[in-house]
Amino acid sequence: MRRVLLWTGVAALAFLLVAAIAPGLVAPADPLAIHPTQSFRAPSFAHLFGTDESGRDIFTRVIHGTGASLLIGISATAIGVGLALVFGLLAGLGPRWLDFGTTRFLEVLFAFPGLLLALLFIVVYGPGVMTSTIAVGLATAPGYARIIRSRVLVVRRAPYLEAATVLGRGWWSRLWRHLLPNVAGSLFVLLTLGIGQSIVWASSLSYLGLGAVPPAAEWGAMLSAGRTYLTSFWWMTFFPGLFIMISAVATTLVGRGLQQRTRHP
Amino acid sequence: MTALVSVRELAVSFGAAPVVSGVSFDLQPAQCVAIVGESGSGKSVTARALLGLTGGTVTAAELRFDTTDITDASRRRLQRLRGRDIGFISQGALVALDPLRPVGREIADSLRLHGSLSAIDRHARVLDLLAQVGVPNPALRASQRPDELSGGLRQRAVIASAIAMQPRLLIADEPTTALDTTVQAGILDLLERLRVEGAAILLISHDLAVVSRLASHLLVMSGGSVVESGPTERVLADPQHPYTRSLIAAVPTGRARFERLTSGPAAEPAPAEPAPVEPAPVEPASLEQRDVLAADRLCRRFGSLLAVDDVSFSLKRGRTLGIVGESGSGKTTLARLVLALEQPDSGDVSLLGEPWTGVRESARRARRPRIGAIYQDALSSFDPRWTVGRILADARGGAAGVPVLLESVGLSPDIAGRRPRHLSGGQQQRVAIARAIAPRPDILVCDEPVSSLDVSVQAQVLDLLDDLQRSLGLSYLFISHDLGVVRHMSDDVLVMRDGHVVESGPTEAVFGAPQHEYTKGLIAATPQLP
Repeated sequence: MRRVLLWTGVAALAFLLVAAIAPGLVAPADPLAIHPTQSFRAPSFAHLFGTDESGRDIFTRVIHGTGASLLIGISATAIGVGLALVFGLLAGLGPRWLDFGTTRFLEVLFAFPGLLLALLFIVVYGPGVMTSTIAVGLATAPGYARIIRSRVLVVRRAPYLEAATVLGRGWWSRLWRHLLPNVAGSLFVLLTLGIGQSIVWASSLSYLGLGAVPPAAEWGAMLSAGRTYLTSFWWMTFFPGLFIMISAVATTLVGRGLQQRTRHP
Repeated sequence: MTALVSVRELAVSFGAAPVVSGVSFDLQPAQCVAIVGESGSGKSVTARALLGLTGGTVTAAELRFDTTDITDASRRRLQRLRGRDIGFISQGALVALDPLRPVGREIADSLRLHGSLSAIDRHARVLDLLAQVGVPNPALRASQRPDELSGGLRQRAVIASAIAMQPRLLIADEPTTALDTTVQAGILDLLERLRVEGAAILLISHDLAVVSRLASHLLVMSGGSVVESGPTERVLADPQHPYTRSLIAAVPTGRARFERLTSGPAAEPAPAEPAPVEPAPVEPASLEQRDVLAADRLCRRFGSLLAVDDVSFSLKRGRTLGIVGESGSGKTTLARLVLALEQPDSGDVSLLGEPWTGVRESARRARRPRIGAIYQDALSSFDPRWTVGRILADARGGAAGVPVLLESVGLSPDIAGRRPRHLSGGQQQRVAIARAIAPRPDILVCDEPVSSLDVSVQAQVLDLLDDLQRSLGLSYLFISHDLGVVRHMSDDVLVMRDGHVVESGPTEAVFGAPQHEYTKGLIAATPQLP
């Protein structure tokens, strides 16, 4: 059962990756081409997901939006984890005062709801894909940092690090050969789980008009554009929403599957 | 008199594989029968079958407790038996107790489930039980949680809960493993008293010396079946089965230095070890007498606790200095000081005549390979991501010597590709030894290297350490709570208590004519074969 779930996730992710790297393969049409005569068509064979108010094919737009959404998701997670690594390692390895300072700082960040933190950042630096990506990264960093710190604290006290000391290994060698790889093992799983979450967050920001801006084919922006027509033309919001959900579920399935594997190798 | 417990042709299997087969024995009131064997021999499964707790498929010509047929009994009937008529003492006293509840509540459980006492009477009975099993200050202890109690007190609490309903049968599965020697002696005395008062006891252990004190009848199990059984004296004096003989031979207590504990080929003439580890450089006679390791008035304090208090010793090349003491005696702190993982508050250690503590780590690093270490928990001393081969290649500084290294500790080179967690406890400790000798050290610090191993595996590891000492000219600092092991392994010995040395000198002089009360107590508490 677990394996079925894992492989379903892997298959979905693989499809999304193909769509992101070569959207033309899946949907050869132009995502920005408008056909005013064909506006608001319901899903059919000609238009799998229907069309929007300008007659643009929603299937094509959703597929072409995959790249933007995945990129935002992945880079936001990378920023979050990158920052978290710095804070987590400083806190976990540094002297006690540094640990104390970093941890208190992270707790202050924690006190804000993540999305609020992201909004705050955007208010200061202005909307856009770049800022919303950084904002999401910032907002997720404290959570990762806490996990990394606790993991570092466990590993640095592990008897195998002491055994390495007894063998005459220096601090850097212990850090590179034992500590970081053992911390990274658990981090990898977190990363996969985090990407899905970041995609949802980035879409939320675009939906609020703070991330990608129309006419760009980005899922959150498409959701936002479709909102006006929600009662009459459901497909304009349903399909971008479905893809946000699929990507979040797929990454979660893969992340959980990997978690099981690393726990019971 | 009919037997209280009667077992005939008991067989237990999980799936297709039989784990236990053809086990038969009787148990009378006020009798103790012991099942002896190493891990995986099926002894614990046999004991659990009496409680109806095995799972799997249990078949038996007869499996009877008093008038109840266990194989046939309903779940409800078994639940009534457990705790009321059959008490169970399991090995891990920490995991057997709920960490979030006061131990008094835990003990009161069986009174509540099986008795009709009021809450106040139950509390009084709990205090009474704790006092009976020798817990000092029962009122305080009953209100504490397991993590506030020492290992010995926890095990006593488990026993108190097992005997709460005055069961007619007590099943004790490794009741003293992992406990200090004197604590173990106390627990065994307690079990003996319960037996005299009329309880039937089924005792499970890997250690013949432990059970021989209590049991009138022995069952020796190996590979799921009983290889030998009979009255204790007869089995010990005249063992018929080779496995029984090897178990008896494995007990280190009272065995001379270098006497072999296993029947494997003796390593003499030693070099079972070709090129990889060069023979120890031949030292001129003057150097021969020099100390490879010396500690001078070491002190280490943790807060208000003086963990190591004015300890001095010296270790000569090719010799073993044993350090014996119970938990909290400071012996592990001493090991960490010697390995310079911990800095002394005062005093110093010198290695091969040069200062070792009190210098910077960078000044020590180049000399680190001279002193190696093996630990009680070998598994956690390996990076979990690494294979055996990588661990050894890392310690050795190259993959070339790995197969020879594995062979020198009696392992097949095939296991280089496996991860330590897939190996048995004995194999893990062998890998740890291989890693420790890989940089060709002069000294090995062995901190409780065999205390989590079965007696038979312990014997193999001790023999291996003996062989390596002679072929490589190693000096050992050998730390253990087990006086029998230390006595067998050491040339000189240090008896530690509460951080200071109570007695020291050549092993036979110290243990042959102990001067200090504490040493005498330790010797009296050490289980021995009659």
